[in-house]
Amino acid sequence: MSAAEAATGTGLGPADAGAARLARPRRWSTRLLRSELRLIGGRRRNQMGLLVLAAVPIVMAIAVKVSEPGPGRGPDFLSSITANGLFVPLAALGVEIGMFLPLAIAMLAGDAIAGEANLGTLRYLLTVPVHRTRLLAVKYASLCIGAVWGVAAVALPGAAIGIALFGTGPLTTLSGSQIGFGAAVWRVVLVMLYLAAGLAGLAAVGLFISTLTEQPIAASIALLIFTILSWILDAVPQLEWLHPWLIVHEWLSFGDLLRDPIAWDGVLRGLSVNGAYAVVFWLAAWARFSSKDITS
Amino acid sequence: MSGSPERAEPGLRREPGSGNGRGLAVETEGLTKRFGHQVAVDGIAMAVPNGSVYGFLGPNGSGKTTTIRMLLGLVEPTAGHRRLLGEPMPQRASETLHRVGSLVEGPAFHPYLSGRSNLLRLDAGDILADPGTAGRRTDAALDRVGLLAAAGKRYRAYSLGMRQRLAIAAALLAPRDLLVLDEPTNGLDPQGTREVRSLIGSLASDGTTVLVSSHLLAEVEQICSHVGVMREGRLVAQGTLADVRGAGPATVRVETRQPEAAARVLRELGVEQVRPMNGEVHGTPGDLEPEKIVAALVHAGVGVQGFSVARASLEDLFVSLTGEGFDVSG
Repeated sequence: MSAAEAATGTGLGPADAGAARLARPRRWSTRLLRSELRLIGGRRRNQMGLLVLAAVPIVMAIAVKVSEPGPGRGPDFLSSITANGLFVPLAALGVEIGMFLPLAIAMLAGDAIAGEANLGTLRYLLTVPVHRTRLLAVKYASLCIGAVWGVAAVALPGAAIGIALFGTGPLTTLSGSQIGFGAAVWRVVLVMLYLAAGLAGLAAVGLFISTLTEQPIAASIALLIFTILSWILDAVPQLEWLHPWLIVHEWLSFGDLLRDPIAWDGVLRGLSVNGAYAVVFWLAAWARFSSKDITS
Repeated sequence: MSGSPERAEPGLRREPGSGNGRGLAVETEGLTKRFGHQVAVDGIAMAVPNGSVYGFLGPNGSGKTTTIRMLLGLVEPTAGHRRLLGEPMPQRASETLHRVGSLVEGPAFHPYLSGRSNLLRLDAGDILADPGTAGRRTDAALDRVGLLAAAGKRYRAYSLGMRQRLAIAAALLAPRDLLVLDEPTNGLDPQGTREVRSLIGSLASDGTTVLVSSHLLAEVEQICSHVGVMREGRLVAQGTLADVRGAGPATVRVETRQPEAAARVLRELGVEQVRPMNGEVHGTPGDLEPEKIVAALVHAGVGVQGFSVARASLEDLFVSLTGEGFDVSG
């Protein structure tokens, strides 16, 4: 109460008191982002989600160990797993980028704005006040970090069990040459970053949808439908003209990062398309949210 | 509507020498909100003087909450202007709202976080709050509403009254010059209601302006210095409690063993709404002087045991202003 008391005690008007209190306004603070990450990370449902993401590479590794597949069977990386444990996270990422990782982003994006609106906490955040643009920026940053967490939840346990079960021999690239273990680790990190960037583009779409509704589940399902539709359209050869513009089209190009030398074409195309999605949909979310009446 | 005060204007009567004359904590001009064809708030000119406790009254659906949401920048008005603590909204919202604590349409928190964590989260959003004192301020706010012992419990385990207290604590996280409390005693038991009432009193005596919306008239009557009454989106009365109440009709009460005879005399004098009941007669004398009524009663040989003239209670006034009891309007 001290400031208010001082203000009334000395006969200062509220405006003066405010000016005194605002002498050193901090324009930059990571407190809200940290709070947001604690909120996401502390939620039981999200922790379960990470466990599910992590379970896939473990199941895959054990299954391969138990019955080693003959050559020519199974997806791209599965047959390479036995040669090098680092193929476990790559194979698992290839499987999970289709649906599980987008699902994780959809859940988080649904919570981001629609979830807060649904609980009613949005009105209290905005009257704190958190500036609407800042709230959107923090929410999007937390979704991007969530995407990194999701990818890491697949890759790190995958790498651990892969190395434990199959060792760390030299990695045979998709071009047939061999690279050392250290270089291979860097390739895996590149793959993780590339896929996280793809999911970050998707997260911007999710954030936009989240500003349209007060039902977090509806927002999640809408983003999931968006993802599935993109995959379906990407699989229709007659729509080839559309493929370069689909958000998912270049996601599987992460395999190009395992060539020797790295084939950057598809990866860079993917990054620019995903970046464009991120910018366009973040701006759409901003346009919608900054003028929205909060009646929840 | 006859007999009710004129449509309130921002220029309120100000007591010289008191702290109330230093301008307005809340000021609106032609504030209007339409949702589609529905007019929720219709050109209201609200004036909450600094240092006052302003009771914001009206039936459910009369536009109180929409007005509060517009004041806090949650809803954009269709037309009109609003100033909070002398600053225009929403242009200066980032600076102004830090000095405004609010409770809007009931408590809302994350159910799986504790009460304290919920408050810390809100404080984390306040870019003007000092992170170094967050813990101390949070505990002080929780203590002030009597929730410190339950601070570590998850919000979902809180009772309705505890949730309401937590929302009030959130409004007290930082030093505030204005508190906007929408139905602060909802869900509280009588003891909790009394505590909130005394809390508002102590905050007001610290110099904080309080805007409290309520449908509990008796409560408003006890704690407010000013009132504003909403009806179907319009502000139908506004001013100091005494002014607004003074504008309402007076009632006369006659205690007698001959209520029928007394009632007849009163009717002959032109007293309206004469209602005899056991041992008493009530009526609305209008401009009649009370002395004349007593004289006429005595002259007619009616034995008067007691006689009193009372200004309308806020509740009577409310009914006369809004033309209804506390039902949903429109």
